[in-house]
Amino acid sequence: MKIKQLSIFLQNKIGSLSNPLNILSEENINIRALSMADTSEFCILRLVVDNPDKGKKVLENNDFLVKLTEIIGVEMNDTPGGLTNVLKILKNNNIDLEYLYAFTHEKIGKAILLIHTNDNDKSIEVLKNNNTEVISPEEVYNL
Amino acid sequence: MIWNEEIETMSRQDLEELQLKKLQKTVKQAFDKIPYYNKKYSALEVYPEDIETLKDIEKLPFITKDDLRESYPFGLFAVDIKDIKELHSSSGTTGKPVVSGYTEKDLDTWAETIARGLTMMGIGEEDILQNTHGYGMFTGGFGVHYGSHKVGAAIIPISTGQTRRQIEIMQDFGTTGLIFTPSYGIHLAEVAIEDGIDPKDLNIKAIGFGAEMWTEEIRQKVEDLYGAKAYNIYGLTELMGPGVGIECEAQNGLHIPEDIYYPEIIDPNTQEVLGPNQKGELVLTNLEREGMPVIRFRTKDLTEITYEKCDCGRTHGRISRITGRSDDMIKVKGVAIFPSQIEKALLNAGDVEPHYMIIVTRPETLDKIEIKVEISEDIFFDGVKEMVSIKERIEKSVENETGIRAKITLVEPKSLPRFEGKAKRVIDERDLH
Repeated sequence: MKIKQLSIFLQNKIGSLSNPLNILSEENINIRALSMADTSEFCILRLVVDNPDKGKKVLENNDFLVKLTEIIGVEMNDTPGGLTNVLKILKNNNIDLEYLYAFTHEKIGKAILLIHTNDNDKSIEVLKNNNTEVISPEEVYNL
Repeated sequence: MIWNEEIETMSRQDLEELQLKKLQKTVKQAFDKIPYYNKKYSALEVYPEDIETLKDIEKLPFITKDDLRESYPFGLFAVDIKDIKELHSSSGTTGKPVVSGYTEKDLDTWAETIARGLTMMGIGEEDILQNTHGYGMFTGGFGVHYGSHKVGAAIIPISTGQTRRQIEIMQDFGTTGLIFTPSYGIHLAEVAIEDGIDPKDLNIKAIGFGAEMWTEEIRQKVEDLYGAKAYNIYGLTELMGPGVGIECEAQNGLHIPEDIYYPEIIDPNTQEVLGPNQKGELVLTNLEREGMPVIRFRTKDLTEITYEKCDCGRTHGRISRITGRSDDMIKVKGVAIFPSQIEKALLNAGDVEPHYMIIVTRPETLDKIEIKVEISEDIFFDGVKEMVSIKERIEKSVENETGIRAKITLVEPKSLPRFEGKAKRVIDERDLH
């Protein structure tokens, strides 16, 4: 149920984001979702792509440091309070949310939330128990 | 004025005779009393009686800092501990420290070298000398202290730090001489100016500076700030401490008290002895030391030596300003750092040996050190929190290892230059060469 995300180490300097993105585009790998955690000196670029294993390989061939990280995709209502409801479930179950990013897609009224917590397995379990849909990795890769 | 006119203006021929006599005595003493020399010389089949001319010193092997370390703590002492009156040591940041032991007479010899230097600087009985070198195991503080006693100046043993108090004392006591590292001296002046005190209005007439790499520009800056002449002092714990070379009023090279230290310049690669005015590594031999005679010590400091008569009238040879090292040692804020220490610190922090580069700068007057570390699989995590803690761990490890706080910058893999053969780990942008 977990989505494979690429985490890439980059220095925070002009042009550093375009290099890995160029490589992906040359290899015809499509980015489904993206977020960036930045500090004054370095960033961690987080990508969900249509073919994570190939993505990792082509980036590594170009000397990038890439980690495959597992994250969870959650379908939430694209309405005010939609995100809060999901977060409440995690909080009530004492789960520490490490980071998240979210996007909307063609499915009207729904949005996708991607999260990484201190305990992904437990997160999936409690979300399911609270009638929240955890979406399959393929659904995100093939958006 | 010359402190010891007879010795310091001796003709070269007389001086060389004196040196040979002292060298023969030193080699014999070392061979007879110190197992290290006995073993080493015997293995090479070279004996004290083989030293018939000064040139014969070249038959003897070099001694390095590593040899001294292996003899830690007292392995190179030639006398019983009952005859040792004082012990000093290097900071030991690169492993076991080097210990230096002094007999009563050695302390007097040490004081003599400093007394000659203080006299060159014009410091004497009438003066009040403020010594900002640290008092402790570091030889800088006490060496100057004993020399000051010898010339009869009033010494203020204030040590480093307490910058505002230093300034207050300079004003209230009427300090006429200052001893500092150039970067601390500049800092001191800047703090004074900040507080509305012009260091030129103080009563300073001479400054002795050392323990750090410097350039003519830095000297100029110090002299401009204080409106006083600044003289370089060179020395090493291994040989005794400060006083191995001191500049005279001509400020054109540092006089080596050649009756006390025998200098040679070698090619650091071939180890061949070079002639005067040829640049190479300085090698030093104690000619006048009871407690711990050191013979042919490779200083790793690059310089050249001239025996031309100096304008000041002294005949003892002069070395030029130290312009570099034949190894990778760098001095940051007066502290000696080797890349191997940084390597060790990185290993301790991350269990891996990352690629790194040390960059030393001096943006204003104080040194800054930055270490660029290439990120690797083992130290890359998906979370910012983890990455920041890796950085902090490296920072702490470097500080533990070197005593210096360095800025750590994590950089992308393979982004640092690669070298064939010996890696260049240090970029010194301080423009000291």
